Amino acid sequence: MANVKVYSTPTCPYCIRLKQFLKDNNIQFEDIDVASNQQAAQEMVDKTGQMGVPVVNIDGEVVVGFDREKISQLLGL
Amino acid sequence: MYDLIIVGAGPAGITASVYAARQKMNFLVLSKDIGGQAAWSGDIENYTGYQFISGTDLVAKFQEHLKNYTIELKENVEVKALQKENEIFSVTTNEASYRAKTVVLASGKRSKPLNVPGEAKFKNKGVTYCATCDGPLFANKTVAVVGGGNSALDATTQLINIAQQIYLINIAQDLTADALVQEKVRRSDQVSILNDTQISAILGDKMVTGIKIKTKSEEKTLAVQGVFVEIGLIPNSEFIQDVEKNGIGEIKVNCRNETSISGLFAAGDVTDVPEKQIIIAAGDGAKCALGAFRYLNRKLK
Repeated sequence: MANVKVYSTPTCPYCIRLKQFLKDNNIQFEDIDVASNQQAAQEMVDKTGQMGVPVVNIDGEVVVGFDREKISQLLGL
Repeated sequence: MYDLIIVGAGPAGITASVYAARQKMNFLVLSKDIGGQAAWSGDIENYTGYQFISGTDLVAKFQEHLKNYTIELKENVEVKALQKENEIFSVTTNEASYRAKTVVLASGKRSKPLNVPGEAKFKNKGVTYCATCDGPLFANKTVAVVGGGNSALDATTQLINIAQQIYLINIAQDLTADALVQEKVRRSDQVSILNDTQISAILGDKMVTGIKIKTKSEEKTLAVQGVFVEIGLIPNSEFIQDVEKNGIGEIKVNCRNETSISGLFAAGDVTDVPEKQIIIAAGDGAKCALGAFRYLNRKLK
């Protein structure tokens, strides 16, 4: 099972769709709300070099935005 | 072959879908992103029936409504070409081609880029086009919002609660946003309004560290960690050439939402309708679906 972390904000439409996509495919993930958790926001910037949500980390591979093809490929869907 | 293809699933496309479903039309919906710009809106306070609702929640309500009907919907596809030949429309996406007797174009608008050096390089590294999405990442930071209209000032008011200091970079002499939101921004001591000012470059290393701005008399650098681009929108209408458009690429429609091509209807922000509002897009979407239905009935006779 892949280790999946999603960095998101509650108001971002692509974040919502990304998480729905993972749920629809029965992928378990850690949902990190960077709006309410400043430390997590900093962690996202440090680890991924990105300052825009959503960011998804799949076993260390970072994908920016809801790139369905790339995410599917990394998860073997 | 479909009776109807609806391009777009924002307020206009979704409402057209509901109406088409209720007429039991055989139709297909092609969508790049459900909800369109409405999904990116912060707070919505002018959609009848809701005194206050977030863009995310309103779109969820729209989708819930749509789920009452069996609708063929292709998500995450982008229309690349649309043409009419021998009374049949062919719609080509990045994945496949479809044919239909009528089309409702509800493809909306997208953010206009600044086209300055550094913009592409620092996208998602300080440069953003969605204050609603990315705003919370700029807590206690100094940021610039570029623009002077409603979307720029909406972004600014959202950022007042988050960022430490905000420069509002406005190319025009005065702000053009609604009076109510202007008042909110002017009242905040965190916001510096720089009118008659142009952004000429975005600077940084790994992340944004500053911007270059120029006025009539001087050029200088401001240290900022974020740049929110809110200078307006451009219509998603490049994939159709033969239809009549206005000077800024919006598709011309009459009061029945008919375009210059028979059987092609258009609704919402992609058209030259005078007001770009969610409720107007939705209403025009309804007119399009009913118009397409009547058009097909007339042809059968």
